Amino acid sequence: MTPFSETPLPTAAVDRTTWTPLLELSAREVFDIMLCTRLHPFDSPAKSSEGAFTALVGLAGSLRGVLSIRCNDQAARIMASKMLGMPIEEVDNDSWDALGEIANMIAGNFKGKLSGIGNHCMLSVPTIITGTDYEARSLGAGNTIEVIFEFENKPLWVTLELNE
Amino acid sequence: MSQIRALIVDDSSVMRKIVERSLRQAGLELAVTEAGNGAEALGLLDANPVDLILSDINMPVMDGLEFVRQLQTVDKLRGIPVVMITTEGSESNVVQALSLGAKGYIRKPFTPDQVKEHVLPVLGL
Repeated sequence: MTPFSETPLPTAAVDRTTWTPLLELSAREVFDIMLCTRLHPFDSPAKSSEGAFTALVGLAGSLRGVLSIRCNDQAARIMASKMLGMPIEEVDNDSWDALGEIANMIAGNFKGKLSGIGNHCMLSVPTIITGTDYEARSLGAGNTIEVIFEFENKPLWVTLELNE
Repeated sequence: MSQIRALIVDDSSVMRKIVERSLRQAGLELAVTEAGNGAEALGLLDANPVDLILSDINMPVMDGLEFVRQLQTVDKLRGIPVVMITTEGSESNVVQALSLGAKGYIRKPFTPDQVKEHVLPVLGL
């Protein structure tokens, strides 16, 4: 891993009123560029049972926490299909890998938008969880920012859980 | 254009496929070798000479920065152009990668055009 210092964040970087729209923008850009897909807000009440695939990316350094994205199996397969430009029938375990990489790119894109944070925050290798019967907790959790998009008529959760 | 022997290093197989597709879309005729981390890549390079390396930074076992650092210690590998492709787009990582010998830097998410724009000049094309 690259050595880094835990230099305090510049004041502008901790103005969290802008973080929700920045997280939303970060996800939109990744889907727009890598999947040629425009994300829209999910207007209906989202059932958590529709999110059986979760990708987690840890953040360490000046920004500590976990970024996760969650969707159902079919959505994950469609994401892989769109990223790879291949028919959905040919997508196998690529859907796990694709979801992890999307989470990684959203996290990287998000931290890059926070002035001064990029140099002081590192990302973990993604972790994938399947199933809905679990509860993930980030120790020392403080704020949670969550955006729910519609992807292929199903909810797609993008969540940033921050440790204070 | 002659065939380019490219080594793509990324722990994500999906990303390796996307990078390969982007290189082909840039008009390159390719013979591709893949590795999931820097250590695996170094092992492959011993027996498989390449003309171009594209490497992620954030990988298990051996990250991309250490991989580039080790490339520079081997005479026959030192001259291979390396382009980093990563979400770790922080300025310090860019400076470090370039100072270690990388010739270019592409930040994820990327378009095929961005891959073309950064890779072709490195190959003198």
